[in-house]
Amino acid sequence: MLARLVSHDLPKSRWLAIALVAIVAALALTPFIFPGTKALNVAAKVIVFIVLAASFDLLLGYTGIVSFAHTMFFGIGAYGVAIAATRIGATWPALALGAICALAVSLVLSLVIGLFSLRVRAIFFAMITLAVASAFATLASQLSDFTGGEDGLTFKVPEALQPGTEYAAEPFLGASIDGRLVTYYLIFVVAVVLVLALLRIVNSPFGRVLQAIRENDFRAEAIGYRTVVYRTLASVASALFATVAGVLLALWLRYNGPDTTLSFEIMLDVLLIVVIGGMGTIYGAVVGSVLLVLAQNYLQDLMKLAAAAVQNVPVVSQIVSPDRWLLWLGILFVLSVYYFPAGVVGRLRSIGKRAPSR
Amino acid sequence: MTTTTPAAPASASATDAVPRRAFDIRPIVLVVAIALAAWPFVGSSSTWLTLTIAGLAMGMIVFIAASGLTLVFGLMDVLNFGHSLFIALGAFLATTVFAAMGGAASAPSIGANLGVVAVAVLAAMALAGTIGLGFERVIVRPVYGQHLKQILVTIGGAIIGEELIKVVWGPAQIPLPPPEALRGSILIGEASVEKLRLVAVVIGLVVLATLLWTLNRTKIGLLIRAGVQDREMVESLGYRIRRLFVGVFAAGSALAGLGGCLWGMNQQIVIPQIGGQVNVLLFIVLIIGGLGSTVGCLFGALLVGLVTNYVGFLAPKLAMFSSIGLMVAILLWRPRGLYPVVNR
Repeated sequence: MLARLVSHDLPKSRWLAIALVAIVAALALTPFIFPGTKALNVAAKVIVFIVLAASFDLLLGYTGIVSFAHTMFFGIGAYGVAIAATRIGATWPALALGAICALAVSLVLSLVIGLFSLRVRAIFFAMITLAVASAFATLASQLSDFTGGEDGLTFKVPEALQPGTEYAAEPFLGASIDGRLVTYYLIFVVAVVLVLALLRIVNSPFGRVLQAIRENDFRAEAIGYRTVVYRTLASVASALFATVAGVLLALWLRYNGPDTTLSFEIMLDVLLIVVIGGMGTIYGAVVGSVLLVLAQNYLQDLMKLAAAAVQNVPVVSQIVSPDRWLLWLGILFVLSVYYFPAGVVGRLRSIGKRAPSR
Repeated sequence: MTTTTPAAPASASATDAVPRRAFDIRPIVLVVAIALAAWPFVGSSSTWLTLTIAGLAMGMIVFIAASGLTLVFGLMDVLNFGHSLFIALGAFLATTVFAAMGGAASAPSIGANLGVVAVAVLAAMALAGTIGLGFERVIVRPVYGQHLKQILVTIGGAIIGEELIKVVWGPAQIPLPPPEALRGSILIGEASVEKLRLVAVVIGLVVLATLLWTLNRTKIGLLIRAGVQDREMVESLGYRIRRLFVGVFAAGSALAGLGGCLWGMNQQIVIPQIGGQVNVLLFIVLIIGGLGSTVGCLFGALLVGLVTNYVGFLAPKLAMFSSIGLMVAILLWRPRGLYPVVNR
């Protein structure tokens, strides 16, 4: 039953299995074990990033193509909901309409980009997506009547999801049962379904073809698979999943702006999550998201302390200041590509394999 | 086919024996046609001339910045996402030089001013070239031949570099005002041309001439072109292609530093994100020109410069999308760019 649920793609490592179970359990019970708004916010962000990174893994890890437009689709999803909610109102049909429109836009855009750039060389794709994504980010901040420009859009969600809506007079296990909690579980359930769906995709015959293309596109073409078609389909699928992740994030934040979904920094975060977690293993996205989002939210505080401690040392204080967070991220990124190419998941799996072979 | 051609006379020189492919002039025609087509839309011919010269100047700067990228890609098959780092370095070093030589920069003598520009340009090239050497050694060398890792690692290198730039020069924007005598514009006929752009065009032409001369008339250029065509063959003839790689990478980085220096002077303001902004433009230019082609890069840059300027004048809001639109149009016409490199 469990094996069927994860499409027979088991963790294949005891430690990885334990980590995954712990992560899922912790995320499922966050409102009750970790009190406070910050913990809940971090957990929601982890969930959204798991979906976002897992969908990116479909491209980077399984198909072997780099896209820099992944956050663009993320942003389209978030903007779709945000614009629909501000224009039409905080109702379920409005949200659904926004999400569907966003999905349609993503579908068309990713299809066009894919057909255009994957036709010639896979490397075109990286360059063209970078150009298109930066143009889109400019567009989003320029169309301020529509998208709220740099300020973004703050909107209301349907009443059932509003924080003011109380479902029980008494808090249960320290958590008040309100609209916020319902939103959290809505996101959680959708994310679980999406990740399982992604597992299903990568373990289907279609997913096998993608991996064949990653390993050797020339041979895959020679066997008779149209690599352009498969690559384009993969990029469309991954764009759609990213769009849904954007919808989830907008629902949680009740806000969307260029910096929250479209910025290049988020693209880097996603790249880092996939590389650190382990490319070509959807589980890597899960582990990587937890590590990165936790580090982002708690390690930066630590850096602040460290910077305060070495305040008087000229260069060091500059380097450890929390503003230089990206510097450390970059170094970590380069080092993990070199020395840690299989990521956390790959490392855990190799530990598990080495023991029985002896 | 070859059997039907009559045997070449024995007296024919070596150049005659190898049939030369006719140079494809259609992209040049396209550049001219776009410039002429914009004329009626712009209206006044003095404005048109101003825009055209400004567009060509911008194209020149973009070409300088992009030439290193296309050479490195052509020869080494490395798409260097870290190229933006060297552009930013050049621009920031220019601010330092201008600040350090403030006296000469504010003096109304054109000689002293040009001297400052020359120092800034040379310093930018030297620094970018040196750091390029290190970048090649540390970041790029371990991942030759692995495209996916190259993209990831050079992106990582660019992030680290940008953050280090912020550590050295601070995260704020730095104004880069042109030297005293180079401010304002001069009238050529009816068109007003900013003096600084004129300097940029002159520097650009010098670089272009040097580059074309080196590539087409020297032995190193011959080796580089041969390496772009067939790397293994050059290697088997006994040339150390690796040394060539390092040299081209350093030269490409130095050119990027020069381009960044000029770009910063053109923008008159330098921000740490400058590299990322320019990088997008460079990629568009490279795709338009045909990845790895130097001539294609030149015409791609000129096209992008002209179109951006015309569209920026006619419909400012669309300027950002004009280059992408241009890229799409060119790819529809020639899916591999204007001057595709044949063997890849």
